[in-house]
Amino acid sequence: MSFSNDDVKKVAKLSRIRIDDKQLEQYTNDIQKVLGFMEQLNELNTDNVEPMANPLDGVQVLRNDEIKDGGYPETIVNNATDDTMNFFTVPKVVE
Amino acid sequence: MTAIIKGTTGDWEMVIGLEVHAQIISQSKLMSCSPASFGAQPNENVSFVDSAFPGMLPVVNKECVRQAVRTGLALGAKINKKSVFARKNYFYADLPQGYQISQADQPTVGEGVVTIDLQDGTTKEIGIERLHIEQDAGKSIHDQHPEKSFIDLNRSGVGLMEIVSNPDIRSAEEAGAYFTKIQTIVQYIDSCDGIMARGSMRADVNVSVRRVGDKNLGTRTECKNINSVRFIKQAIMVEATRQVEILENGGVIDQETRLFDAEKGETRTMRSKEDAHDYRYFPDPDLLPVVIDDEFINECKDSLPELPDTKKERFINEFGLSSYDGAVLVANKKNASYFEKVASGVKNKKLAANWVVSELFGALKKAELDINDCPVKAQDLAELISLIEDNTISGKIAKEVFADMFKTSKKPAVIVEEKGLKQITDTGAIEGIIDTVITENPNQVAKVKENPKLIGWFVGQVMQKTAGKANPAMVNKLLAQKLK
Amino acid sequence: MTDLTKLTISQATTGLKNKDFSAVELTTSYINQMEKTDNLNAYITKTTDNALSQAKIADNNIASGNMRPMEGMPIAHKDLLCTKGVKTTAGSKMLDNFTPDYESTVSQKLAESGCISLGKLNLDQFAMGSNGQSSFYGGTKNPWGNDLVAGGSSSGSACAVSARSAIASTGTDTGGSIRQPSAFCGVAGIRPTYGRCSRWGVVAYASSLDQVGPIGKDVRDCAIMLSNMSGHDEKDSTSANIPVPDFEAVLTGDVKGLKIGIPKEYYIDDMPQEIAKIWDNGKKMLVEAGAEIVDVSLPHTKYALPAYYIIACAEASSNLSRYDGVRYGHRVSGKELDEMYELTRSEGFGEEVKRRILMGTYVLSAGFYDAYYIKAQKVRRLVANDFKKAFESVDALLTPITPSPAFKIGENQEDPVKMYLNDVFSVTLNMAGLPGMSVPVGLSDSGLPLGLQIIGKAFDEETVLKASYALEKQAKFDATPNI
Ligand SMILES: [Mg+2]
Ligand SMILES: [Zn+2]
Repeated sequence: MSFSNDDVKKVAKLSRIRIDDKQLEQYTNDIQKVLGFMEQLNELNTDNVEPMANPLDGVQVLRNDEIKDGGYPETIVNNATDDTMNFFTVPKVVE
Repeated sequence: MTAIIKGTTGDWEMVIGLEVHAQIISQSKLMSCSPASFGAQPNENVSFVDSAFPGMLPVVNKECVRQAVRTGLALGAKINKKSVFARKNYFYADLPQGYQISQADQPTVGEGVVTIDLQDGTTKEIGIERLHIEQDAGKSIHDQHPEKSFIDLNRSGVGLMEIVSNPDIRSAEEAGAYFTKIQTIVQYIDSCDGIMARGSMRADVNVSVRRVGDKNLGTRTECKNINSVRFIKQAIMVEATRQVEILENGGVIDQETRLFDAEKGETRTMRSKEDAHDYRYFPDPDLLPVVIDDEFINECKDSLPELPDTKKERFINEFGLSSYDGAVLVANKKNASYFEKVASGVKNKKLAANWVVSELFGALKKAELDINDCPVKAQDLAELISLIEDNTISGKIAKEVFADMFKTSKKPAVIVEEKGLKQITDTGAIEGIIDTVITENPNQVAKVKENPKLIGWFVGQVMQKTAGKANPAMVNKLLAQKLK
Repeated sequence: MTDLTKLTISQATTGLKNKDFSAVELTTSYINQMEKTDNLNAYITKTTDNALSQAKIADNNIASGNMRPMEGMPIAHKDLLCTKGVKTTAGSKMLDNFTPDYESTVSQKLAESGCISLGKLNLDQFAMGSNGQSSFYGGTKNPWGNDLVAGGSSSGSACAVSARSAIASTGTDTGGSIRQPSAFCGVAGIRPTYGRCSRWGVVAYASSLDQVGPIGKDVRDCAIMLSNMSGHDEKDSTSANIPVPDFEAVLTGDVKGLKIGIPKEYYIDDMPQEIAKIWDNGKKMLVEAGAEIVDVSLPHTKYALPAYYIIACAEASSNLSRYDGVRYGHRVSGKELDEMYELTRSEGFGEEVKRRILMGTYVLSAGFYDAYYIKAQKVRRLVANDFKKAFESVDALLTPITPSPAFKIGENQEDPVKMYLNDVFSVTLNMAGLPGMSVPVGLSDSGLPLGLQIIGKAFDEETVLKASYALEKQAKFDATPNI
């Protein structure tokens, strides 16, 4: 397995996390180490094993279609650092 | 019918697939209990779940699953008893969680098929690959502020059905017909209101081209979020033509997401191209698999009304309608139900179909009215047709009466009465008028005796003298006797 | 009057009932102790004024004979549980300015049971860590030694109970975050079965692994807390709809006939002598109490930890995407949307959080998903099956909980893998969703507390508590930190 600076840059971009060049090497080394540790799993043959996404061996409970929430726009935007007229705001998006 | 693009080096065909997003009709959102309704104030229909506050968790709305299953059944599709909600991860201002809860490799609905009606009267089957349930995103408003976009999360979390077709579509016309058919179906079963102007239905269009006869698929592009049938067709033509030009000049097509600009009539690369999408789908760990049983599916089945294709068949078989009239009448649920009301009040169903398709729809179109706002009640139109059937008025007079009804919403009998349009069916009265005409026109009588074909002149005279009210059949019969 | 902060929940409840002291007096003692032990940095936010007014209400309830099960008990919450009107930070700069307008189901339930909240407890940022040092508000110190870590991520939760600045606390346990700090601080803590307590209103780290649970002075206090915080919640799809037993009722001390498994794979390479010794002592104590010791095998144990980090990081990378500066939390402005996201997230998250997000993003990304994420989910199944098989022949398992006593602040920090190895005994049960409890049973050579772990079947916290209680009784652990 080879995990490079470019890989860090790629996942950093996908995660919207900015890594400056000074830290890049450190991140690459740390993640490389952990991924190496994770690769122990390759020792195991898991061909016929069903992946387990959740420890509960259950099924989703479907809720009834009722309106019980909403109607508090001021509270919704109350924690935002930048909002106006009950809208959230972001830097202008040009499509 | 395949539409061919004539290139400079040969003929090309289009291969098209549609991803139709249809907003589910439900009271509350897919994963939260806030209202799914349209038209609220900014962030009014938003809960802490919809705005992805820390610690908030999704809970699946049963109605959304039900609507998806109903729609799947209406598309003749396979219903998967087990489905899994997954997260589709990407960052966008109107996607508060940073992921959309959707379905990946285990959607609620599998393969199905839709029959589309084409202009030339033929039909074609378009395969459905899948239908999955997912959350809608919020809305970004870009034109309110010079430096900022405003975010309204009212739509965030509303349930959507994404219906993915196979790449079976071969022309813009087919694409339009396919989209319209899906719209018809969801409107019939009330799983989506189908109102494109509200964004309740929209399509992503996948287009590729290949030389006629080539069996391999070309590289496709995707134009996202197109919100009218006209634009779907335009985007396809524009994009296919662009691709042919590139290929004929020795270029290659990039597999990418493009934006259709209706104003400029072009498609262009979306700006975020360098950010190659990697959605990192994985099962949503906040949710468990959705498992439905036969009882649930049967209840969905039982809740379905007669579907457009079945209705069309019935109109053809029971009422003797033409395939064309049948297709036109069932294309819209409200039109079909209007027609059925008219048909139930008359003996001659074909006559009813003619009246609805040509007179009524024509008048509505001219007046730019929706069937909901039609000034003529179905029952009244049926009465008008009955007046023709029982010889109270002629077909020609009926058209006059109809025009009046459309203007005034009056009952046909009232108009006929007020205007004295009742057909003259009294033999004596008609004979009297015929006698007058014969007496006044001895020369014409002589001519008719030589050439019986000229009897039409007398028919015209009699009709004129009765202001068109004489029963034409009787006039013909009596004239023939008298001028023998 | 004796120091009221030395009383357990059951003793304090009796005292209130008998009018030996008032709830206001009890709460005041704790507030004083909070001040006295402030240097440990257990609290991020103190809500003492509100606690005192709640204590007055408690006294009224007691006077009018309307005493609720935990009336007047001054507890505190890990600052990962959202509390209405009280700042909730997850230990991160990202949420330094966040005050939710809703209350987590668990803290709500405890409030309805009569608990008084003294404040919000320190933790590793977003519950990611085993040393309690990654908090934006500074590291938590161990009451047993100011140069020692309190463990993590529920560092403040264990520290406060040990330092008697809260009678009990809530914590969360994704990979050991209740049990490990409890062991390091010499207190008791149980991670319930996945689905036992609602996760609604708890800042998510890894959704399929997270569980809230109590930390208390002893097993009985944990049982009382657990009875009052458990239960079905329709707002959490992974909350189990099964009845909540009276957990205190099983604490008889009698474990006659109980079969306790000893998984041989927990004898890891270079296990310190003192850990092996304390484990051995634990077996003897349980035999003494009437239990039968059975050797069992959990063959996939060593793979649990790497698989855990894949799954936890994957889920975390997605769970933490919502922290984008738009709706709440820290925000750094940028010219463009992506710039704002990147600056906000780079500045708002700590290093360990960022590292886990990057790793999680990597293991889910195209081309690596099957090799890492799916592989880990399969290994998870194997680990869960190991437990299932073992529980065919035993009622509970006895294992070490930490590979060492509390270590020095700054130790183990340079190498992430070395740091992660602290979780080697704790994460296995999280993978399978099982309940586990850490009980202090003795002191290390250096005089620091050491715990042992009891692991039970899913939704069989009763056996876990019963065995833990027997262990506690036999161990007679009564050492306290010198504060
Ligand atoms: Mg699409
Ligand atoms: Zn979609």
